[in-house]
Amino acid sequence: MKLNDEQQMLQDSVARLMADKGPVSHLRQLRDEHHDKGYDEPLWQAMVEAGLTGILVPEEHGGIGFGLVGAGLVAREIGRNLSVTPFLSTAVLGAAALSAGGSDEQKAKWLPAIAEGTAIIALAVDDGAKHRPERLQARVEGGTLSGEKRLVLDGHVADLLLVAAGEGDQAALYLVDPKADGVTVERTVMADSRNAARIRFDGVPAEAMADGAAALATALRAGRAVLAAELSGLALEAFERTLGYLKERKQFGRLIGTFQALQHRAAQLSGEVAMSEALAMQALDACDRGADDADQQVLAAKAKAARVALLAGQEAVQMHGGIGMTDEFDIGFFLKRARAGGETLGDANYCADRFAALRGY
Amino acid sequence: MSDLEQFRAETRAWLEANCPEEMRQPLKSQAEHCWGGRKWQFQSEAQKVWMERMADKGWTAPQWPKEYGGGGLSQEEAEVLAEEMKRINARTPVSNFGFWMLGPALLKFGSEELKREHLPPICRGEIRWCQGYSEPNAGSDLASLQTRAEDKGDHFVVNGQKIWTSYADKADWIFCLVRTDPQATKHNGISFVLFDMESEGVSTRPIELISGESPFCETFFDDVKVDKHQVVGELNRGWDVAKYLLTHERNNIGGEPPGFLKGRALGPLAAEYVGTEHGKLADAGLRADIADLEIDHMAFQALVGKIRAEAEAGQGVGAQSAVLKYYGTELNKRRYELMMDALGSEGLEWDSERTQGGLFAREWLRSKGNSIEGGTSEVMLGIVSKRLLGLPDA
Ligand SMILES: Cc1cc2nc3c(=O)[nH]c(=O)nc-3n(C[C@H](O)[C@H](O)[C@H](O)COP(=O)(O)OP(=O)(O)OC[C@H]3O[C@@H](n4cnc5c(N)ncnc54)[C@H](O)[C@@H]3O)c2cc1C
Repeated sequence: MKLNDEQQMLQDSVARLMADKGPVSHLRQLRDEHHDKGYDEPLWQAMVEAGLTGILVPEEHGGIGFGLVGAGLVAREIGRNLSVTPFLSTAVLGAAALSAGGSDEQKAKWLPAIAEGTAIIALAVDDGAKHRPERLQARVEGGTLSGEKRLVLDGHVADLLLVAAGEGDQAALYLVDPKADGVTVERTVMADSRNAARIRFDGVPAEAMADGAAALATALRAGRAVLAAELSGLALEAFERTLGYLKERKQFGRLIGTFQALQHRAAQLSGEVAMSEALAMQALDACDRGADDADQQVLAAKAKAARVALLAGQEAVQMHGGIGMTDEFDIGFFLKRARAGGETLGDANYCADRFAALRGY
Repeated sequence: MSDLEQFRAETRAWLEANCPEEMRQPLKSQAEHCWGGRKWQFQSEAQKVWMERMADKGWTAPQWPKEYGGGGLSQEEAEVLAEEMKRINARTPVSNFGFWMLGPALLKFGSEELKREHLPPICRGEIRWCQGYSEPNAGSDLASLQTRAEDKGDHFVVNGQKIWTSYADKADWIFCLVRTDPQATKHNGISFVLFDMESEGVSTRPIELISGESPFCETFFDDVKVDKHQVVGELNRGWDVAKYLLTHERNNIGGEPPGFLKGRALGPLAAEYVGTEHGKLADAGLRADIADLEIDHMAFQALVGKIRAEAEAGQGVGAQSAVLKYYGTELNKRRYELMMDALGSEGLEWDSERTQGGLFAREWLRSKGNSIEGGTSEVMLGIVSKRLLGLPDA
């Protein structure tokens, strides 16, 4: 697929915004000062002003309804700069879930708040260390929720939790107030210095959605597709920084980029990154168009992007040599985010397994 | 109805009326492919009729100009035609090196006279071409080729040897790289010439491949007379033509090659042989490998689409053909490895009727050549790193 003019303009403006207001140095600063919110508040505010928080919110609820390709373009730049915001948790997962399965009342209450940046929403799906939404352990009975969730992105600062749980033999999302009695939140800072939380629910009131199953499915699909774009962006950045280093660092009296062993690995990596990016964009577009094989494409895109981002992170560190291992140098942040982003909403093996199932083998 | 929709409707109707039933199923093996040429023996009346009808429409070379026997279709129309052919599983009516290698080079570099002489017979499937590039001592380092063409006034006399010339023994004409200026630096003394394989002094000797087949030859030139007007492009500037042609060759090799696996999904094939448990392939390792391959293939297709779209908008491809060739062929090799994993001992049968004479094993082995022919994978990575990434020479 090729970007249309509107999408191209969005990409250019977001690229400038993220490079100006959300560079890697901000991630480092947030980490070093143990920031209590754990995300880049001025950047988030700038994104609100640019309308980006409402990118998936329909216009009647105050958003710009730009679709998943638009969200993917934002995520790509987030990936390139390792910008830290609740974009994925709130503007993507929250907005997708509520638009797809919220009641009129829930939509009217939360969607404008997402667009205006006045609410942070966190999606709680994983009951264990791995993403297994087909076998949820958290349960809702008689309107109350019990269970434990992990890797709840931005869970410790959320104004609303969307919790995946089983009721009878149905799995669905429920709205839960994080301040309700029986909710225990433990902030878990992750290796990529991002926010996540473990949250326990002991008989907490859970508000059903109009279609909580559709909300869950839609949110997972949107989240994976957008993560594929973010991971592709970070892979591209890690690759480009590495390519720059190959043209600058000298050993044995010559540039290390003249060594064929490195040239060929760089060439392979560039192709992998390009394929990861092309598939991510195609998958996002398939979702927006409602293509029959959109689910397959998204699973494929997430699997591919997770593998390529990790490869890019590893190759980046290796080709930088000793300096790549130092905390002072930024390249390590890309490797860390590649691993964490790859794990989020299903790692490559999980996505490939589901992909195979959809393909009928 | 838009023009394109109109075109689709007409194309669909025409194909329905004109494509013989027998030509509406995937090739059972590469042996069923129609190559055309003076020596071609049609395998069925349907194969002949299909080639002729398509040639009459100009659709054997849909995008070439009408005056040279092509269909004069736009990119969009050609895509529609391809989609409509795919819809009914219509086979490629005829194809050989004339279509996907020489033709594009002639259209770009050839004189009007040469275009009128050579393109229409290609379109009609009358002349089959072969490629005389590689020599025993000039493979990856192609520009070091030694075959000589001496200027004798109104003609050249060619002496030397080519190797790995695919189908040299079956082809009618050859496009050949020869050294016309031995004094010049190696890229600057090469010319791109055309001649008839029936010319006096041309001989071929087939070479057997690991697959047991002999599709390529050693080709010898002993005082072969070549008419001077058969030089494509400028004298001594043949390297430009050669390189341009290679980008087309690479795009083509990087696409889905003909053969047993063309258009076939590995999942159901594997299910037939290894069985299923709880609805999944019984071999978990193979299942994961197939999924990974299909995902990589999807990503590759997405990139191909993107590169093509950008090329149309005039943003240029050029060295990108090396990316496509590298990944396309490496993926194809992986597919055949997985096919062999799936088929087990049946895949190893070398001459049984059940396997059409060892089709599986032979195609598996043939696929290994994909990453060698048209420039090796290592050479492709070299082009990517220098031309696309701008990495310095040693
Ligand atoms: C099935 C098939 C069909 C063919 N058909 C034709 C045809 O019709 N016409 C024609 O002219 N030719 C044809 N060829 C020849 C083909 O183009 C050559 O085989 C190819 O270019 C490689 O040359 P070579 O065989 O001399 O290998 P070499 O160049 O000797 O390569 C040997 C190994 O060294 C590696 N290598 C070489 N140089 C470098 C480098 N700079 N850096 C890193 N590694 C390097 C190669 O990648 C390869 O792995 C065909 C080949 C095959 C397999």
